[in-house]
Amino acid sequence: MWMYEINDLQKNYQGKKVLEIENLQLAKGKIYGIIGPSGGGKSTLLRLLNLLEKPDQGEIYYQGNLVEEDEKQRLAYRRTMAMVFQQSVLFNTTVYKNVAYGLGIRGQRGEAVKKKVAQALDLVEMEGYEKRQAITLSGGEAQRVALARTMVLEPEVLLLDEPTASLDPYNTGVVEKLVRHLNEEKGTTMVWVTHNMFQAKRLAHETLFLYENRIVEQKATEEFFQSPSDPKTQAFIEGKMIY
Amino acid sequence: MQDMLVGLREAWQLLLSLDEETYQIILLSLRVSGTAVLLAALMGIPLGAFLSLNNFWGKKLILNIINTFMGLPPVVIGLVVYLFLSSSGPLGELELLFTPEAMIVAQTILVTPIIAGLTIAALSGVNPMIGLVATSLGANSWQAAWAIIKEARYGVMAAIVSGFGRAVAEVGAVIMVGGDIQGSTRVMTTAIALQTRMGNFSTALALGLILVLLSFLINLSLGYLTERRGR
Repeated sequence: MWMYEINDLQKNYQGKKVLEIENLQLAKGKIYGIIGPSGGGKSTLLRLLNLLEKPDQGEIYYQGNLVEEDEKQRLAYRRTMAMVFQQSVLFNTTVYKNVAYGLGIRGQRGEAVKKKVAQALDLVEMEGYEKRQAITLSGGEAQRVALARTMVLEPEVLLLDEPTASLDPYNTGVVEKLVRHLNEEKGTTMVWVTHNMFQAKRLAHETLFLYENRIVEQKATEEFFQSPSDPKTQAFIEGKMIY
Repeated sequence: MQDMLVGLREAWQLLLSLDEETYQIILLSLRVSGTAVLLAALMGIPLGAFLSLNNFWGKKLILNIINTFMGLPPVVIGLVVYLFLSSSGPLGELELLFTPEAMIVAQTILVTPIIAGLTIAALSGVNPMIGLVATSLGANSWQAAWAIIKEARYGVMAAIVSGFGRAVAEVGAVIMVGGDIQGSTRVMTTAIALQTRMGNFSTALALGLILVLLSFLINLSLGYLTERRGR
């Protein structure tokens, strides 16, 4: 059974087509790297996978079930996923309340929450930061808190929208290590949008190339970079693409 | 200048003397304006949040109406409430005219658009990603809306404080629907107006100073509460 299966999907913004996918399958437990130029539909795809937006046409199957219009069902599915955005948008409160947010809205309270938050902060190498105000954190720290905020939920799917785009090498390393750890330990399915091809090479089991609102190519990462089938993919990888 | 100094001294004496009538006036002011602000907040904050977080046909018109009502003169509200509550009015049977309840009604009408308008302004300053992030973390639409309101808590608190300031300081509406009846509907502003008309400037000034002091203390404590709740 696929984690996600998408058929004949189309998404428009103000009458303009921003994403068109004939068929896409994402397997459970894999890390997918999505690369491609800006404006190619990468973020839109993540928002559709996170069920934050609805397609204008087509079907999304999540763990074998058709995702419907019904908000209750969408919420239940959404609560098994989490997303890290390019900008770490933290709530203007303490680090603790940020990390505990998702647990709180799921009705979890008390000592168990405290423990989970401490563990998550530990994993992102920010132990003891609970009482710090989010606005006092550096960019790298904030993004690590944003990651802890999703990890604490133990999602089955983690969607990452260029989470390291504005981070220094140290913080990028921490995030990458964690993502790999989460995938190996918990079998979390990851979809990672990145501008950094080396990052996709390092982390992804499979890589997809999204160009002009379509998936041009999807292959096992090694094969993708060594012998791409599509000339557009080849040009992009070699940095020769003009867009 | 002399009046000011005498006023200051008298204010101090009034507070210390525990004069029953003065305290009654202060308490009624707080009760009427406090209740009105509470009711206005219960209506104005959800209204402001709804208008801020949703897009629908006719929204601009409603925003314009709220903006207009934010500056509505208290006497006009007083007049309308008076007409509704007077014995020949549609709500005359309730016999509310010249009671503190009538004053609460008038001030609630005065303050609700102010709180709603300022809530809209506060929410428009919140990072638009906040709602999306909350939703992606599993919030339902209510929880996401609450996350946005919480981000704007300082602005929303400022809306409540402004509403209270406006309510406790207005005289036109309460004098029309309350009637400034001694021992029953006399509040600080109507007492100040009366004392000034009677030439008792120092007493009027004393009451004015107490009014300012009270507003200051309430602002201070609300600000403190917001700060603590946010942490």
